[in-house]
Amino acid sequence: MSETGIGAAVRRKEDFRFLTGQGTYTDDINRPGQLHAVILRSPHAHAAIRGIDTAAAAAAAGVVAVFTAKDMAADGVGGLPCGWQIHSKDGSPMIEPPHPALATDRVRHVGDPVAVVIAETKAQAREAAELIAVDYQPLPAVASAAEAQKPGAPQLFDAAPGNLCFDWHLGDKAQADAAFARAAHVAKLDIVNNRLIPNAMEPRAAIGEYDKATGEYTLYTTSQNPHVIRLLMGAFVLHIPEHKLRVVAPDVGGGFGSKIYHYAEEAIVTWAAGKVRRPVKWTADRSESFMSDAHGRDHATHAELALDKDGKFLGLKVSTIANMGGYLSTFAPAIPTYLYATLLAGTYTTPVIYCEVKAIFTNTVPVDAYRGAGRPEATYILERLVDTAAREMRIDPAELRRRNFIPKDAYPYQTPVALQYDSGDYFTTLDKALAAADYAGFARRRDEAARRGKLRGIGLATYIEACGIAPSAVAGSLGARAGLYEAAEIRVHPTGSVTVFTGSHSHGQGHETTFAQLVADRLGIPIENVEVSHGDTDKIPFGMGTYGSRSLAVGGSAIVKALDKVVAKGRKIAAHLLEAAEADIQFKDGKYVVEGTDRAKSFGEVALTAYVPHNYPIEELEPGLDESAFYDPKNFTFPSGAHVAEVEIDRDTGIVELVNFTACDDFGRIINPLIVEGQVHGGLVQGIGQALLENCVYDPEGQLLTGSYMDYCMPRASDVPSFAVSTNTTLCTHNPLGVKGCGEAGAIGAPAAVMNAVLDALSPLGIRHLDMPASPERVWRAIQQHSLAQAAE
Amino acid sequence: MYDFSYHKPSSLAEAAKALGSAEDGKLMAGGMTLIPTLKQRLARPSDVIDLGGIVELKGIRRAGNALVIGAMARHAEVAHSDVVRSAIPALAELAEGIGDPQVRNRGTIGGSIANADPAADYPAAVVGLGATVETNKRKIAADDFFKGLFETALEDGEIVTAVSFPIPEKAAYMKFPNPASRYAIVGAFVAKTGGGVRVAVTGAGPSVFRVAAMEQALAKSFTPDAIKDIKVAADGLNADIHASAEYRAHLVTVMARRAVAAAAG
Ligand SMILES: Cc1cc2nc3c(=O)[nH]c(=O)nc-3n(C[C@H](O)[C@H](O)[C@H](O)COP(=O)(O)OP(=O)(O)OC[C@H]3O[C@@H](n4cnc5c(N)ncnc54)[C@H](O)[C@@H]3O)c2cc1C
Repeated sequence: MSETGIGAAVRRKEDFRFLTGQGTYTDDINRPGQLHAVILRSPHAHAAIRGIDTAAAAAAAGVVAVFTAKDMAADGVGGLPCGWQIHSKDGSPMIEPPHPALATDRVRHVGDPVAVVIAETKAQAREAAELIAVDYQPLPAVASAAEAQKPGAPQLFDAAPGNLCFDWHLGDKAQADAAFARAAHVAKLDIVNNRLIPNAMEPRAAIGEYDKATGEYTLYTTSQNPHVIRLLMGAFVLHIPEHKLRVVAPDVGGGFGSKIYHYAEEAIVTWAAGKVRRPVKWTADRSESFMSDAHGRDHATHAELALDKDGKFLGLKVSTIANMGGYLSTFAPAIPTYLYATLLAGTYTTPVIYCEVKAIFTNTVPVDAYRGAGRPEATYILERLVDTAAREMRIDPAELRRRNFIPKDAYPYQTPVALQYDSGDYFTTLDKALAAADYAGFARRRDEAARRGKLRGIGLATYIEACGIAPSAVAGSLGARAGLYEAAEIRVHPTGSVTVFTGSHSHGQGHETTFAQLVADRLGIPIENVEVSHGDTDKIPFGMGTYGSRSLAVGGSAIVKALDKVVAKGRKIAAHLLEAAEADIQFKDGKYVVEGTDRAKSFGEVALTAYVPHNYPIEELEPGLDESAFYDPKNFTFPSGAHVAEVEIDRDTGIVELVNFTACDDFGRIINPLIVEGQVHGGLVQGIGQALLENCVYDPEGQLLTGSYMDYCMPRASDVPSFAVSTNTTLCTHNPLGVKGCGEAGAIGAPAAVMNAVLDALSPLGIRHLDMPASPERVWRAIQQHSLAQAAE
Repeated sequence: MYDFSYHKPSSLAEAAKALGSAEDGKLMAGGMTLIPTLKQRLARPSDVIDLGGIVELKGIRRAGNALVIGAMARHAEVAHSDVVRSAIPALAELAEGIGDPQVRNRGTIGGSIANADPAADYPAAVVGLGATVETNKRKIAADDFFKGLFETALEDGEIVTAVSFPIPEKAAYMKFPNPASRYAIVGAFVAKTGGGVRVAVTGAGPSVFRVAAMEQALAKSFTPDAIKDIKVAADGLNADIHASAEYRAHLVTVMARRAVAAAAG
């Protein structure tokens, strides 16, 4: 292993720029003549718009234009498209109501955009926005999906009776019922996966620009996938052909999924720039982010696990109500379906699984993928059920898991829920995690805590995720309206330095380093000689962007494919220069060597020859050394892991303190262990945040009660212990690097591990279930109720 | 933020004058509450009078058996002051537990008590220690200063200049922070002085309040056990998504007990 090649803990190349404040984020960009947009948003969860009077705003100082839905409609602007179609049990397609960029006759959540003011300064735009008079007729609203599906609930769309978007299922219900009929024990849970607000450090922003001379539009935007935005916005919303539309996602400060989607503001500023013929910038303030960035999770589920007398899983039944919010966000329908139910086998051999999901519209911000996207929801249910069963059957939770793990020699393993796992070793991963967590010594720690008056608990979770999204044909058959390959171009410059153009996008993941390591390793050149370019559709090939822990597994594989082409072409050039047969030439450590001799040409010499082809096989070979590749994965990748949490609970206050957290993960081959560890830490903190702190709360009328950091609790450094993380590697069998992906693992394993630990601590009191977050009052109330109940017995 | 005229007087007299002649003037200390209010366009003062340039409002000193803290003393200054640490360590610890480093480096004791946020920490110390609030016009006893939710005895044009804290024999502050904002959901300040025991609670109600039953019990026996069964009524206490009134009432006893343990220990 070289110091900068595959496996090396190279410090992130991009960090100097970020840490010294020299990154270029969308809001750092200012275009000549730029105007500022402020969006007027609905204060109502649900209301009819009877009229909008913009006259006073239009006349205000500095105002250039005020637009409403009418203006957009007059220009034929379309609604925001949904990129995934689900079919209900009865074969009917999901209900896909219109999603206008600016609300037309109705608003459906607090924060729904109603009008835009464009002015010389942001302050002027803000001032004028207050002068817009919207005549709202408030309507009854509903925020909870469980409430929204009940008869008599307020209805969001005429086309969606009962607020039902779709009623979907996966698996065979009759088989599942038969398995349950044979069960010696059935563990049951009613369980909520709490709604989260993503809170990327950088709020969303967008600048639209129109070039009068060429008729070209440019959109600078905080996106995880600029080409996807160009395609969706150009083709479906603004009807701008791709060759006249450039989308640039420069430095982006975190996304966690929330910056995948095509948002109204992107279309508004791009269209408005064309109208006013000047660049138009919009930057969300934090309060806007809370009410307009797609939220995550929000499931209510009833789940049952059937076991035989030895604790072997016989079957699993899951019934979920998923909150979609007021409209369908870009990938929303995929999350509670194909990214959820397909994960319910987890690490286990459960032979029969049946899952049904009702997706419901409510008067809340749309819900879409958020770090983990469906997989944390699946893992949470499964792992909480397994612990529940273990407790009820008095089997050690680690032992119960071992009894049901997929055997090491069973790969490829076909689950009953569509996925085929290529590789894994859950036994070793669990053993390593348990050893690192000193699982065996827990009883002693619990007793010591009890002497201090604390309730101590330990909890495990194992997980599987499907990453490396996705084989296009499979995704297409499941309803995706796009391919899910990735693209790369390797441009070798005449002196042998390299620029990589990738369709992936880095918004904190460290691609500029990891991808450069791949190149340095393969071409044997110094990492400093590699630049990774991403984010600008005018530069990069058409690629699908970054989400679902796909960048290395799919984007990295495309880079490897393109590198192979570079090496192969270089070999032809070297063969010519060295007057040797191509087959006799080996490429090693940056040199083409004639096998068995010391005759060699460096990669740099070959590159120079390619661009200065004086002595060159010009008849057979084109000049230049510039190769590109598309990689469409053969399968998903299946990272897995075992997480162990240990908590102490203060009986008097209900405060849960996370005292230890141990994670052992299988991410396949590790390119940069430093970056991987960072990704795991970040994911864990988000998962722990969901379990203990974060919670999006709407009141029954649809007002957002957690609309700022005063009430929405983000985890802080002081809320988490120092993590013990390690890896146990089995290689992915179907991509060239053997990599699986690590971006979401922490957020997938941690919630279940933490909640299992909380419930382990509380189990002596007879408490068997609590929903997330395990906030102090919730825990205290449970302790109160059960202490009273115990005292009464 | 709406437009306003900005003033930065260099003396208390000038500040009072600017405030008096403004149509709707607002004093600004560290701006930690005022600026967010302006940015959210929830206030529209005609004039903002920045107290940052007034030397008379700065400084922390010992004056006989009292600790006098200038209105413009930042939370971080109080937290790290040797004078405070030796006279009333509980006060330094309280200041250290306010908000985050940015807030502690900007926020002031004068701004905090003038604002009288029901969840602020300082009111518990001011009332718990029986301090005196000094203004450009008069001296106000702590028990008369806090009037209700965001409401104090300050009159129009009155500027807090300092807070004078009598030095107790023993004192401690225990806070149950709001997990999101870190303001107090319940904070209990307990102090034992020659004159008796005071127990002041912030966060739980619309305004800081004393718990007479606890004070009496602790006067007899300054031990946590002495108050373990004394409960405050939940009626009229604050309730929000983080803590119900009932939970707050429970926490008052827990925090007070822990404060006594810390003070006694
Ligand atoms: C993120 C955050 C977290 C916080 N956490 C906590 C916490 O945990 N605990 C806590 O106790 N507080 C907390 N605070 C409040 C903070 O401690 C400040 O004390 C409070 O915001 C007042 O700020 P300031 O001193 O800058 O006063 P300003 O914001 O400048 O003024 C506040 C009000 O007081 C008036 N005022 C200021 N000085 C005087 C004076 N000398 N005489 C008369 N009137 C005056 C002003 O006109 C204004 O109405 C937090 C604040 C923030 C922003």
